[in-house]
Amino acid sequence: MAIKIEMPKLSDTMEEGVIAKWNVKEGDKIEAGDIIAEVETDKATMDVEAFDAGVLLKIIPAEGDAVPLGGLIAVIGEEGEDISDILANAGGDSPSSSSETEKETATEEAEEPSEEEAKTENSSSSTSDNGRIKASPLAKKMAEDKGIDLSSVSGSGPEGRIVKKDIESFKGTSSGGGLSKPGGTAATSGASFPSLESKEVKVSQMRKVIARRLSESKFTNPHFYETVDIDMKAAMAARSAMNEANEVRISFNDIVVKACAVALTRHQAINSSWHDDIIKEHGDVHIAVAVAIDEGLMTPVITHADKKGLSKISAETRELAELARDRKLAPEQMEGSTFTISNLGMFGIEEFTAIINPPNACILAVGAIRDVPVVENGAVVPGKRMKITLSSDHRIVDGAKAAQFLNTVKNLLENPLSMLL
Amino acid sequence: MAELQFREAIKHAIDEEMGRDERVFVMGEEVAEYNGAYKVTEGLLDKYGYRRVIDTPISELGFAGIGVGAAMNGLRPIIEFMTFNFAVLATDQIINHATKVKYMTGGQISCPIVFRGPNASAGQLGATHSVSYDSMYAHFPGLKVIYVSEPDDAKGLMKSAIRDDNPVIFMESEQMYGMKGEVSDEEDYIIPIGKGKIKREGDDVTLVAHGKMYHVAVQAAKQLAKDGIECEIIDPRTVKPLDLPLIIESIKKTNRCVVVDEAHPFGGLASEIGFLIQREAFDYLDAPVQRVCLPDVNAPFAKNLFDIWFPSPKQVIDAVNQVTYRN
Repeated sequence: MAIKIEMPKLSDTMEEGVIAKWNVKEGDKIEAGDIIAEVETDKATMDVEAFDAGVLLKIIPAEGDAVPLGGLIAVIGEEGEDISDILANAGGDSPSSSSETEKETATEEAEEPSEEEAKTENSSSSTSDNGRIKASPLAKKMAEDKGIDLSSVSGSGPEGRIVKKDIESFKGTSSGGGLSKPGGTAATSGASFPSLESKEVKVSQMRKVIARRLSESKFTNPHFYETVDIDMKAAMAARSAMNEANEVRISFNDIVVKACAVALTRHQAINSSWHDDIIKEHGDVHIAVAVAIDEGLMTPVITHADKKGLSKISAETRELAELARDRKLAPEQMEGSTFTISNLGMFGIEEFTAIINPPNACILAVGAIRDVPVVENGAVVPGKRMKITLSSDHRIVDGAKAAQFLNTVKNLLENPLSMLL
Repeated sequence: MAELQFREAIKHAIDEEMGRDERVFVMGEEVAEYNGAYKVTEGLLDKYGYRRVIDTPISELGFAGIGVGAAMNGLRPIIEFMTFNFAVLATDQIINHATKVKYMTGGQISCPIVFRGPNASAGQLGATHSVSYDSMYAHFPGLKVIYVSEPDDAKGLMKSAIRDDNPVIFMESEQMYGMKGEVSDEEDYIIPIGKGKIKREGDDVTLVAHGKMYHVAVQAAKQLAKDGIECEIIDPRTVKPLDLPLIIESIKKTNRCVVVDEAHPFGGLASEIGFLIQREAFDYLDAPVQRVCLPDVNAPFAKNLFDIWFPSPKQVIDAVNQVTYRN
């Protein structure tokens, strides 16, 4: 009896996965528990484990191909077993966002394409545990008429149900289908051309998520920005003293994280998120720290940052950043943030504005510490200054509230000992 | 158009039909000498005499039975119950005899009879005087059930009920008898049984409401209009046969429906309409059908509890907000 291996749900927000690597080939003998493939999700590269033993009869997607949740990726069974039925039925399950040729094949294989499409709808969701997309019957019909892939629509109804207005206001085409080209594996390996040739770079899962979430944030949340200039002399002195007395090396970023964590406990409105009828002011302070990696950006979360000491924050940040660069972060290490900090100081950026990381209300953009002349007691003296810029969602936070928060952060950084209070 | 009270509209219909067909007669408690407990039969005794306007003892089963027998023998009785809450005593005659005789005699014997009177709650009257019986009667094959909301409907449908060759339950309300409304003065004004009416047009949600609940729906719709939500109100007027095509057409336009029903929830008209909508208009629904009805609790007497128990415009507005995802 042949067994289908389907694209597993490897993170809460995953809608499709890209086969990063096959560890096995057709004809291989497989034991339960073998890691047969690595899949790149929207968040990390994760292992796909076989739950049954047998001979790998068929591999469906090639490396680099995207497969929606629940889509067939491989078949195992007994040697020589006839699996043509499974492969024929797989038509509807085949990647909706993969190459066009595959789409055509799928349609040819399926006797009744409409019925197969309906199956795809049911099997490629992100909105509930069993992978079913929740949509009102009307929304389903409208999506079908307009050729919209429901998995690319986000629902505004109860429990994420897609309703009429979501389809009406949907801007976009079916999920990512238009951009990918046949033989998509080539695009990822072409990074080392010396000349500036035009090329098409396949949009990675991570970039898709960045694109979707940040567009949504920037276009939906009314952002406003406030910048404050901070005297960092005291913080620098404190840092030197701590690092001399300690094994761990505390960075300026760690100090900013700590200062924000303390300030957030005093300004709960900043530590909140928008839920249409209510604003959730979170009781816990979980700070996400933006980490740049080759393919994009990750935001690991330092949980309960307000309750952790600097050395713990420092060690955790270091560990999480390393995992992020290796793309080994577990989904739960990237979830649940209530505030985000993005620091480009190491690149010498003086100041910048950041896009809010949903569902946070605010994000803090941290600039470099600069040597600048400052006026103290009527005389120009050398100063150490750092600019931080808070982006706030004006639906939740007003100008004065943001300013009060920034002043608290400023005071904490200018008087580092007060963080101990 | 003449402006008539609800009770006058019914009386005009009965009067016209009695004048037109001498087989039609009226029977019930206090219908003759006292001119009717709610004055629906006022003046009929003077006009048609004791043979055709008959006072009965307080014995619902008895006079309902006499009516059924008279109908089986060729007359066309109109039996008044002082309220359908009392007609419970007569249900053996209504359900077992009037409703089934044509079927059980292979069509040899008809029972053209109208049972009429006020239905459902009329304020703080306690648990035994506050039940809405339209869904219950509509359950039985062979009965037609009408529960109207406005004088014009009352006149046109009462005339149809009297002329119908089958038993018809015609429901009114103590609280609506004094209500005035324009009534067509068209000669021999007939509204066919089984035809609903769109009484307010709107694009955002369909409210299905009949009897007293129609007026609750109207108040809710006025309030919602201030928020830019336009309700389409359908008064089915006839509970059975139900004008389903009218409801379905409306839902194809609005994609949402709230049924407002004065009955208890379990197995009531609202459940039936909800079922029919999901079967006939599944692909057009943008939200589950909601209903506003009585809770599954008998009528309380205390004013504060009664006000919670009885369906209100506020409850309708809440349900509309739910189906339009405005919460």
